[in-house]
Amino acid sequence: MTQVTSLARSSDRATALSQLLELRPALQASNWWQELREQAAARVQEMAIPSSRDEDWRFTDLSPLLQVEFQATSARTEAIEPSSIPEAAQSCLVFVNGTFAPQLSSVEMPEGVSIASLSQSNSEHLQPYLGRQQGADEVFTSLNTASFTDAAVVQIARNAIVETPIHLVFISHTSSQAIVQPRALVVAEANSSVAIVEEYLGFGEDVYFTNAVTEIWLEANARIDHTRIQRENSAAFHIGKTAVSQDRDSHYACRAVNLGAKLSRHNLEVYQTGSQTETVMDGLTIARDNQLSDTHSILALTQPYGTSSQIHKCIVDDRAHAVFNGKVFVPKAAQKTNANQVNRNLLLSPKARVDTKPQLEIVADDVRCTHGATVGQLEADEVFYLQSRGIDAATARRLLTTAFAYEIIDRISIPSVRETLGGLISP
Amino acid sequence: MIQENSEVILTVRDLTANVDGTQILKGLNLEIKAGEIHAIMGPNGSGKSTFSKVLAGHPDYEVTGGEVIFQGQNLLELEPEERSRSGVFLAFQYPLEIPGVSNLDFLRVAFNAKRKAQGLEELDAFDFDEMVREKLDVVKMDDRFLSRSVNEGFSGGEKKRNEILQMAILEPTLAILDETDSGLDIDALKIVAGGVNQLASPQNATLLITHYQRLLNYIVPDFVHVMAAGRILRTGDKELAHELEAKGYDWVLEEAGVGV
Ligand SMILES: Nc1ncnc2c1ncn2[C@@H]1O[C@H](COP(=O)(O)OP(=O)(O)OP(=O)(O)O)[C@@H](O)[C@H]1O
Ligand SMILES: [Mg+2]
Repeated sequence: MTQVTSLARSSDRATALSQLLELRPALQASNWWQELREQAAARVQEMAIPSSRDEDWRFTDLSPLLQVEFQATSARTEAIEPSSIPEAAQSCLVFVNGTFAPQLSSVEMPEGVSIASLSQSNSEHLQPYLGRQQGADEVFTSLNTASFTDAAVVQIARNAIVETPIHLVFISHTSSQAIVQPRALVVAEANSSVAIVEEYLGFGEDVYFTNAVTEIWLEANARIDHTRIQRENSAAFHIGKTAVSQDRDSHYACRAVNLGAKLSRHNLEVYQTGSQTETVMDGLTIARDNQLSDTHSILALTQPYGTSSQIHKCIVDDRAHAVFNGKVFVPKAAQKTNANQVNRNLLLSPKARVDTKPQLEIVADDVRCTHGATVGQLEADEVFYLQSRGIDAATARRLLTTAFAYEIIDRISIPSVRETLGGLISP
Repeated sequence: MIQENSEVILTVRDLTANVDGTQILKGLNLEIKAGEIHAIMGPNGSGKSTFSKVLAGHPDYEVTGGEVIFQGQNLLELEPEERSRSGVFLAFQYPLEIPGVSNLDFLRVAFNAKRKAQGLEELDAFDFDEMVREKLDVVKMDDRFLSRSVNEGFSGGEKKRNEILQMAILEPTLAILDETDSGLDIDALKIVAGGVNQLASPQNATLLITHYQRLLNYIVPDFVHVMAAGRILRTGDKELAHELEAKGYDWVLEEAGVGV
């Protein structure tokens, strides 16, 4: 009996996934891209939308995704004001519903940066990078690879030190329950350095599904300062993958801020391909109302002398639900690794919920790894201290909550981004 | 200074209070008039900090009996922030660190909350900044402490000075200083005492809680009270502090018939 139901359910989930796949637009692409698409599509045909019996989706129930009949997306052309970053006014690539929007973009890129929308570029040289990250055969990543029709491509030339940040904006602007599948590829060649701000914005109030994939390659001694901001509309589904490969001596820092969407999942995966890399993965999730916001990170420190630090914070209010799962792998070969992970959660309401699972798998013996998770409320004594100075309890709580978030926001290197986020989190 | 006919600022009658179900305050009486400086001394654990936190309205302390009248109003029915805005200030024995909240923002929000309650216009960031810089002088504090998080990483003495800075900005009618002198080196003690004296006026009053007669050389009290076992057992003038320093507390407890 039980088995029949669960079989039925899993076939529903397979059907739902193949329906999503069928929504992919036809594409006239170069052979290698076409091949990549078809291989991914073939994988998707064998898969299903994960259920909570999948270990990776234990706390995030995707059933609401099955209840929406999604449509293919259509390009929109009416004027939209994407949030702008003055520091990146001349280096901003905007995609609307997955398609490059040149009229909203400004592409006088600084020296050493070449950008393109994949549909327009001569793309042979991207073949070794696109869809080649570890973990590319995961279900939603595969769905994106099988479906995307355009991608933001940023390449930083060898030795180029780029002072101007690059702003990649992915807007979902749809009124028809669309599935939108943005894609980005960043390649930082040897010894280059750049800051990237990747932003997801949702307009309108209708439900849609953003299934995004960003692949980032750091070659030897390259440096990327990456800020990822998720501000989908409050009805949206957002599943986003950030897959990063770090070659030797490279430095990658990610600050991921998750504010929007009804149900969101960020998969952040960093793979080492050379020794002595440095990785920073900071995250801030703010979930209110009945939002569900899930971050799963994987850090594979597979080479010697890697260092990493991760601090992920969640602020959960109302009936919202936050999930954090941070895996760190340190296999035998990765001696002299130094990894720190901290997850702090602030619950602002009795109905708020957080599921946290730091997961360290350490085989190497000469390593230093620390991790910890805390779940708490605002300190009553801190609230009282502020009250004793005449600050009312509500303002005191707001000040303390904002302070909790600022520990992450302060680490973002671009002043206007810090300011915008500051405004968004302290109403 | 003791003045004829000056206004009563604080009246505490038969105050009893519990924390976690244990009675700590056991019938405390005290009257403070405008212009006066009072000192409370007493053994560790006698309830001095408990008393100060009850006055400030800390939620962990449950008042079970008695009354506290502050300038004609029932203090116990006010929220902590209302007590502060109406003029009660407690410099904490252990000031908290508040990571992520800048000292300057904190001071401005606190100051403006009081202004607003008084029906006055709030000061903008610019005017407030100017005012704060003058007040920094009272406690001889460097302005780099303004941009740091409230008390975070401050040394013990710096935290105490920061408390007095807050007091200077909020200009309370009743300032309660709970062991503000503990942990201060002699220079810092003089600075803090100087600040307190500078802020004292015929219209306000100060309640010092201390273990050391030394402080009372710099801030001279009109009254010295001995607190033990949750009550005030004896009240005298500043000479009592010298006597306590020389003889300890046992004799006071014995004379009051309180078991040691
Ligand atoms: N949360 C609590 N639960 C139980 N007992 C408490 C609690 N807080 C305080 N007490 C007790 O109340 C008594 C009075 O404490 P209080 O801090 O008021 O003393 P004090 O006179 O200020 O001492 P000190 O001179 O050491 O500062 C002590 O015995 C203390 O252990
Ligand atoms: Mg005390």
